[in-house]
Parts: sequence; structure tokens; C-alpha cells
Amino acid sequence: MKKIIKYVIFDILRNRIVLVYTLFLLASSFTVFSLEDSGSKGLLSLLSIILIVVPLVNIIFSTIYVYNSAEFVELLVSQPLKRKAIWLSLFSGLASSLAIAFFIGVGIPVLIYQANIIGFTMIAVGITLSIIFVAIAMLATVRTRDKAKGIGVAIMLWLYFSLLFDGFVLFLLFQFADYPLDKLMIGVTALNPIDLGRILILLQLEVSAMMGYTGAVFKDFFGTAIGLASSAGALLLWIALPLWFSTKLFNSKDL
Amino acid sequence: MIIATNVNKQFGKLKVLDNVSTTCEKGECIALIGPNGCGKTTLIKSILGMVVPDSGVIKFNEKDIKNQWEYRDEIGYMPQIGRYPDNMTIGQVLEMMKDIRNKKTALDDDLIRAFSLPKLLDKRMRTLSGGTRQKISAAIAFLFNPTVLILDEPTAGLDPVSSELLKEKIITEKENGKLVLITSHVLSELDDLVTRIIYMQDGKLLFQKSIEELRADTGEVKLSRAIARVMTNEGA
Repeated sequence: MKKIIKYVIFDILRNRIVLVYTLFLLASSFTVFSLEDSGSKGLLSLLSIILIVVPLVNIIFSTIYVYNSAEFVELLVSQPLKRKAIWLSLFSGLASSLAIAFFIGVGIPVLIYQANIIGFTMIAVGITLSIIFVAIAMLATVRTRDKAKGIGVAIMLWLYFSLLFDGFVLFLLFQFADYPLDKLMIGVTALNPIDLGRILILLQLEVSAMMGYTGAVFKDFFGTAIGLASSAGALLLWIALPLWFSTKLFNSKDL
Repeated sequence: MIIATNVNKQFGKLKVLDNVSTTCEKGECIALIGPNGCGKTTLIKSILGMVVPDSGVIKFNEKDIKNQWEYRDEIGYMPQIGRYPDNMTIGQVLEMMKDIRNKKTALDDDLIRAFSLPKLLDKRMRTLSGGTRQKISAAIAFLFNPTVLILDEPTAGLDPVSSELLKEKIITEKENGKLVLITSHVLSELDDLVTRIIYMQDGKLLFQKSIEELRADTGEVKLSRAIARVMTNEGA
């Protein structure tokens, strides 16, 4: 398995997109921190960039990469290798190179300007989100044979998690404004890893005071150890479940 | 060595393998023939575990191959269309295969030398012609001294010299007691190679006969004529 991961990482390094992505993150992080006078304001601006860019780049790049390595996978499947090992190596190679890109691009500037609990949370959330969207991309590609369709599905998934889901939640909130939905909202946020990440970081910042009563309920829940542990658990589930399903599907896929 | 029992496979509505059963033993050289789209490649891919049959059992050395992978260590596979990562060089692909197979025993690089591949090691896969890709596929299939060779249209796209070299290699390996499975449309090539014919059509295995039987039944010496005779008889 280590050998295959090695080949995957070599291949990703040879293709320069990940390098460009790293440089882009580095440039935006340093710009944001040098523009804003207070560090926590800088973090907030950086947060909005990360929550849009990281899922988008990760899901699209992984999808295209998996389609482009169809030949490589086909070659490996006819060799004495476990299918599970091939698929998980592909995942590990992608996830680790994209997570490292994030760590260099955002982690290092954050550690320089904001080496505190908020900064650490942000790095952890960013890395987890990177891995989650690699896992989701792999699930999307294993289900669809056609490359154009697969990339379309990946873009739709990104749109759903970044925009549609929030719209849907707002719609629910307005429709049922007369009912006490605050507790329910905590459960609903677990359905979207981006929202979960956003809340985890926002609650560490002072702006959470502006989130009103729902913010207070969130703080009550996510501020506690149980809340923190369960949201971290939810994020891990977002990695494990798509990965488990895609491995299962890949195991019985005809090549 | 390889026993397939009632193997079925369906792609959508199309039945590609319809109750296929056969047995292949060591030292045999079996030709899988039949019209395009009759399921030859699917049968081969099922043996390799690249296609998962809907029902039926395939056994390799008495062991069911379902969800197994170790058995592929004994197989050398040459695909119909060799597809390799575009931005790797020939040398890197060969090194990677050696690295993955991790064989302790001596490698068989006869074909690498016969096809003079060492001169081309720095070429990227995407720049290669179809014939050169075929040569690489063949070289990799024979490289690890496997006991079973599965060759899907081995000579398609090869120039006459190379295809003659490959045929000689196949004969040597057959005489070394290996099992060779070949699909081909060029029946004249198979004449001095094969010991048994498996004829497939529309996913069904129509007949399997040893070459002597076939010659005796049809009274023809040439394989192409014998098959043509069988086909016209079937039609009548």
C-alpha cells in the first residue's frame, strides 16, 4: 500500500495544480493578515475564503484526478493487489497532499500571526474539510462512469454544501419561525460539514455574540466538551462514511 | 488450474456471459475465439477479477477467486488496449511494475530485449504508438515468469517481426508447462500455437474442442478452414 501511495503522491506533485493552490492560499492568507489591523478580524476574513475555496478546489481536483488515473487503476487491478488497498492508497495520496498544501498555505501564516486556540481550530477544521471533500469526491467518481457527468456531480455537491444547504435551512427557519427550532438546528448543522466547521470557528471568535438567541443555544452546546466532541465526531463521520461507501462500491466495480 | 462454473454477467440488458463453464489445465494453450462482442474479454476480465460476475464460481488452483487477490501473482495479463499513466516514461512504468510485484526470483526480460525496449526507456507513455504500447504490455505480462498467461489479442497492432517474436515466446512458455489463454481474430496465427479451441457467441460458450478433435471432425488441417466449416454446419 505504501508503494502505491508513493506513486500517487509523485504523480500529484508532478502536476502543478496543487502547487498553484498552495501558493494561492499562501498569498491570500498573508494579504488578509497584513490588510486587517486586528488578527481576529484577519481570521474572520480568511475563514470566508477558506470555506469557499478549500471545498471547491478539493472536490474538483480530486474528481478530475481520480478520472485521469483510470488507466493507472486499471493497470493495478490486474496485478496481485487488493482492491481496497488500491482505492485507499489513492485516497491517502490525495488527502495527504491536499492537507499538506492547506497546512503550508494557511497553517503557517496563521501560526505566524495568530498562534492561539482560534488559529489552531481553524487549521484543524481546514485540514478536516480538505479530507472530507476528497472522500466525497471519491464517492461521486465511483458512482459515475462518465467523466463529464462525474465532474458535474462534484460541482453540484459543492454548490449544495456551500450555498443550497444554507438557503434550505433559512427557508425552514422562516417557515417554522413560530416554533422553537434552536435545538433542532444543532442537529441540522451536522448534515453539512462546512457549516459545522464555520460554527466551530465562529464560536471561538467574539462575533458569536451577534448571532442572537440561536447563537446562545449553539454556544451552550458547542461550548461544552460533549458538544465539541460530538461535532468533531460528526466531522470524522463525514470522512469515514463516504470513504466506506466508495470502497465498498469500488470493490465490486467492473473495470 | 482455472475452473469456471456457470458464470453469468449482465451489463444493463445485455447478457455478456451466459452460463459459461470451462476448465483450463497446465500446459494447455487455449484459443478463445468468436465474433466481436461475444464476451471473450469479459470472460478474461472475470478470471482476473476486473469484472465481478453476477453469479457462478471461478476457481484458481481450487480456490474461489471472489475477493481474492494473491492468485493474480501467478498471472501475466496482456490487455487488448494497454492503457498506462500518460506522464510516466516506459522505464518508470517497468520499474513501478517490478516494485509492485516485488518478485524475489529472476525476471524474464527476453521480450524487453527482443523488442529493443531499453532504447526507449525515457519516452513518455503518451507519445507512444499503439504497437509500442502492445510491446510494453507483452513485456510486462511475461516479465514475472507467471504460470498463467492471459493474452487478449496479443498480435493486434504489432508489426510482423514483433508478432513473430511474440509467437516464439508463447511457444517456449507453453513448452515450459504454462497455461496460455489467447484471444485472437487472426486464426492463421493460432495454427501452430493452440491445443484447444473455445468458441463463444453472444455470451454463450458454443463448443470447446481440442485441435485434433476439430481437425478430425471437419477434415480440415487449417484452423481457419476448420472453424469456417463448423460455422457453416452450425448455420445449416
